[in-house]
Amino acid sequence: MTKPLVDISNLTVGAETDSGRRVKIIKGVSFTVDPGEIVALIGESGSGKTTIALTLMGYARPGCSITGGKVCVGERDVVSMSEKDRQKLRGTDVAYVPQSAAAAFDPSQRLIDQVIEVSDIHKLMPRSEARAKAVDLFRALALPDPEHIGDGYPHQVSGGQLQRLSAAMALIGGPQVVIFDEPTTALDVTTQIEVLRAFKSVMRKGGMAGVYVSHDLAVVAQIADRIIVLKDGVIQEQGTTEEILHNAQHPYTRELLSAFQPAVFASLDSTAKKDDRKKGPVLEVSNIYAGYGSTGRDGLPSALVLKDVSCKLERGQNLGVIGESGSGKSTLARVMAGLLPHARGWVSFDGRELAPQANARSKEELRRMQIVFQLADTALNPSRSIADIVGRPLTFYHGLKGANRENRVIELLDMVRLPKGLLHRLPRELSGGQKQRVNLARALAANPDVILCDEITSALDTVVAAAVMDLLKDLQKELNLSYVFISHDLSTVRSICDQVMVMQSGEMVELLSNSQLPDGARHPYSKLLFASVPQLDTGWLDGLPEDIAGMGSPTENAHDARLRANS
Amino acid sequence: MLKAFSPASHGLHINSTGLLAGLVILFWVVVAIAGPAFAPYAPGDIVDFDFYGPMSAKLWLGSDYLGRDIFSRILLGARYTVGISFAAVTIACFTGVILGMTAAALGGWFDRILSRLMDALLSIPSKLFGLVMVAAIGSSIPVLIGLLAVIYAPGSYRFARALAVNCNTMDYIAVARARGERTPYIILDEIFPNIIGPVLADFGLRFVFIVLLLSGLSFLGLGVQPPNADWGSLVKENIGGLPFAAPAVIAPCLAIASLTISVNLLIDNLPIKIRDRG
Amino acid sequence: MSGQIPLLVVSRLGVTFLTLLIVSFVVFGATLLLPGDVVEILLGQAATPEAVAGLREAMHLDSPALVRYGQWLFGLLQGDLGVSYANNMPVADMVAGRLANTLRLAAATTIIAVPIALLLGITTAMYRGSLYDRVITTIVVSIVSVPEFLIATLAVLVFAVWLRWLPALSFTTDLSSFGQLLKAFAMPVITLSFVIAAQMIRMTRAAMIDALNMSYVEMAILKGASKTRVVLRHALPNSIGPIANAIALSLSYLLGGVIIVETIFNYPGVAKLMVDSVATRDLPLIQSCAMIFCVGFLTLTTVADIIAIVSNPRLRT
Repeated sequence: MTKPLVDISNLTVGAETDSGRRVKIIKGVSFTVDPGEIVALIGESGSGKTTIALTLMGYARPGCSITGGKVCVGERDVVSMSEKDRQKLRGTDVAYVPQSAAAAFDPSQRLIDQVIEVSDIHKLMPRSEARAKAVDLFRALALPDPEHIGDGYPHQVSGGQLQRLSAAMALIGGPQVVIFDEPTTALDVTTQIEVLRAFKSVMRKGGMAGVYVSHDLAVVAQIADRIIVLKDGVIQEQGTTEEILHNAQHPYTRELLSAFQPAVFASLDSTAKKDDRKKGPVLEVSNIYAGYGSTGRDGLPSALVLKDVSCKLERGQNLGVIGESGSGKSTLARVMAGLLPHARGWVSFDGRELAPQANARSKEELRRMQIVFQLADTALNPSRSIADIVGRPLTFYHGLKGANRENRVIELLDMVRLPKGLLHRLPRELSGGQKQRVNLARALAANPDVILCDEITSALDTVVAAAVMDLLKDLQKELNLSYVFISHDLSTVRSICDQVMVMQSGEMVELLSNSQLPDGARHPYSKLLFASVPQLDTGWLDGLPEDIAGMGSPTENAHDARLRANS
Repeated sequence: MLKAFSPASHGLHINSTGLLAGLVILFWVVVAIAGPAFAPYAPGDIVDFDFYGPMSAKLWLGSDYLGRDIFSRILLGARYTVGISFAAVTIACFTGVILGMTAAALGGWFDRILSRLMDALLSIPSKLFGLVMVAAIGSSIPVLIGLLAVIYAPGSYRFARALAVNCNTMDYIAVARARGERTPYIILDEIFPNIIGPVLADFGLRFVFIVLLLSGLSFLGLGVQPPNADWGSLVKENIGGLPFAAPAVIAPCLAIASLTISVNLLIDNLPIKIRDRG
Repeated sequence: MSGQIPLLVVSRLGVTFLTLLIVSFVVFGATLLLPGDVVEILLGQAATPEAVAGLREAMHLDSPALVRYGQWLFGLLQGDLGVSYANNMPVADMVAGRLANTLRLAAATTIIAVPIALLLGITTAMYRGSLYDRVITTIVVSIVSVPEFLIATLAVLVFAVWLRWLPALSFTTDLSSFGQLLKAFAMPVITLSFVIAAQMIRMTRAAMIDALNMSYVEMAILKGASKTRVVLRHALPNSIGPIANAIALSLSYLLGGVIIVETIFNYPGVAKLMVDSVATRDLPLIQSCAMIFCVGFLTLTTVADIIAIVSNPRLRT
């Protein structure tokens, strides 16, 4: 048996809070990485996965420090090393691919200079040689125009390209171990595929070891040999990828896996509600044009986001809106809610046209349609108590006050499965899942007919998100609600929506019924989008057709074209 | 209920520097309110045959250029320096914050015109503004309060507006708008509670600025006029004693410094919310 | 993309002119706030009605305020700074020589304060939390939180009273020999440098700390870059804009400082002239001086903003 390349034993990391309190965030973690092996650290936010990965470079973020244990890379322990020696190790023996390449590239320097900076710092090779090596890496990472892409600045290339460039930046020093810190999390699914493919092929060719940090089991399944499951700074379970996927022992791992199984869709559009159908759709938008910026001579805003979008939400049904970032899906929700007045077209509720602007709609119209946002952190006023937050719509729409109001708030909290003990807490004292439930309770307080859900599960950890989805379904049964469900995630949309609208660049691409998902898609973009969703199957990425990207996301192509025009 | 507001649950605690600074500020506030009652001599009485007299058991901080008791005069001066500054900063911050939040919530033309105007006022250096206005309308205590408030309101406006604009982009404001809430509710119930902390810190800083400007104007002879004297006037009156390092000129300087440095230190050492690891 | 920079610069200049217009309006507006009649103030109670009417006519006081504002502004644009109420001399003649003196003082201060402040601001940010940082920061906070005259008093106490290196408050108007020049300059420049440098250190340190908190700085550390390299290659080039702004804003404190320092050290500059003319309510002189200072300040901040625009890599092609 070969000696492990990385040997971490009994690692502890401490952090100091602003109040000077010291807390342990990594509580005695041990694992090894063999040469050429890719080990994934998987866990939810706050599990300490990034913190552990960074200790391989002897680095702890400001406020944190390694308090105990050993982190051996090769023969040497980076914990007991001098800072000078650690500097020598960084970039050469251990390299790092950041989560957000957009932030990790210095905006004031040319890409190529940053990519070969490692060679510059450690005097590894002459500049011309480093440049040539970089171009080879660009080619290996399937970057467009490898000879010239490096001459641009970071803001001139797309997110997916930057992420690949950051991999080149890590590989230039010929490291033994590469740390990937959620490198595809910030990317859209269609871009993620290309990046993952590129990573996988260079790692395989170079025979390098890797530590891949992620929260996404399906992504990890494509690239890792072994998976380590973390929670609260403690290892829960470790095993080969196949073992973890198919024979997980630890209950937490199983929970993670089951959250991944797409829930079965059951239409609530039962016969009992068929009568309602006659009244027509509850919410309808028609030929909507909307955007930001000053209004031009043609009556359209200068930055047009939505172009001729029409859709209907039937009573008691759910409409899904799916698309990647920049597709205009959230803008559509804002138009429906009257937060962004549309320039052309109309929005009607229950057969009556609504004013474009929220403050021109009647209280009753506003009450019947509520909106719930993605980030509960910013959707709940941090300085108001939960009782105030949920109680306000009760006072505003229904005139409830005092004990009546409080009793109703407790009922609503109960409806979203929250204890009444939270009544006088502030939002920051709640967990992410709890906050999102409060967010829902506030919408329910209005007694709405329609709730616009804007990516409400995207910011949540998988297990928590699954529970929120179950809650949404239960509430719908109890309260005869209709949802407009906006998401970038196919499996979530699929589990709850009767109809799904696919959007791209502000336009509707295709409207599909639930039964047509995902294989009934006809439009090439829908096909690409659906095919790009990672599956919990180690062979998924390799089994994809080689030309999947050829179906083409236009944004990526536009970027390439502009880059060529510039160079 | 109580738990949510107790410092411990927020991980708040104040360190010894902050505490000391707070005590100094408290001391001067008490002096400003009740100080003259404890003055050993009437501030206008000439009690020493010598001028620029040294510190002694009889005259704790020596005598001034006319032989008046400096200690008594500083006690009374506290009332002018602290009182005028406090009145001015209250008016400045009140107007600034209300206008700032309104501009942020309304946006559009109201915001654009008001912001441009305030920015223009901000670009007039404060001492210059003071000079021009004092030259035009003279200097009395109400005029000084009004003038200082006008000079420092634009800064407060800009600060509050920036905070409120940040707040205004938050989804909870969008939720409130989608609910149909009116602007006054959004300003007072949604925005204000979230900016009150920084606004209070800014209030403190602005108080320091105003103390500095008031002292500066008085030092130039354009602020508080004789026979009244704030700390800046005391320094001006006794500047002739500087070559002898007379306590008459050093003591009021120390009084100003102790007040302004304490306010700054208190603000710098205010507890910030814990940000437990990301 | 290359078209963006000129457009931004032009619009920034537009803002400056608009601001200047509003400022001039406010400065002119001070005249309207004069209680009573300017002419009566000037001629005294005993003046004959004919004399009052004559002077009113000569000063165009019977025209509407807006017309007078227009005339005043137009005059300023042509270099006509008006005529002093106090001694009937053209303001321009009174100001010219003194402005040079003030500029000399400002230049000397800038040359001393800016390099020291940049060095201290950047290094304290680099070694944030160290003893060095804490000592400098404490001194800086103390300086920015006391009035300028206090620094001046302290400087006199230290250099003149205790060390006896320099004369305390005397000032000769004879600046012919270099020694005299140095002596006359030393105290004002020392005082101003402390005030300006403290402001600048504070702002530079804050700008640098912002830059050092960016992800690309962490990335550079993880590439194995040394602290110096991180600062020189990554943090500094990205904080040129904020630092230029810090310098411009601190230099604006020079204006406030100059008013105090010229008075306390009896230095024959414009600011001293202004302070003296407040007593005589010589508004034309004060207004013209105020406009000169405001133009100076606006020029500084505009230049800083333009530097920030030009140095923004995102606007580069």
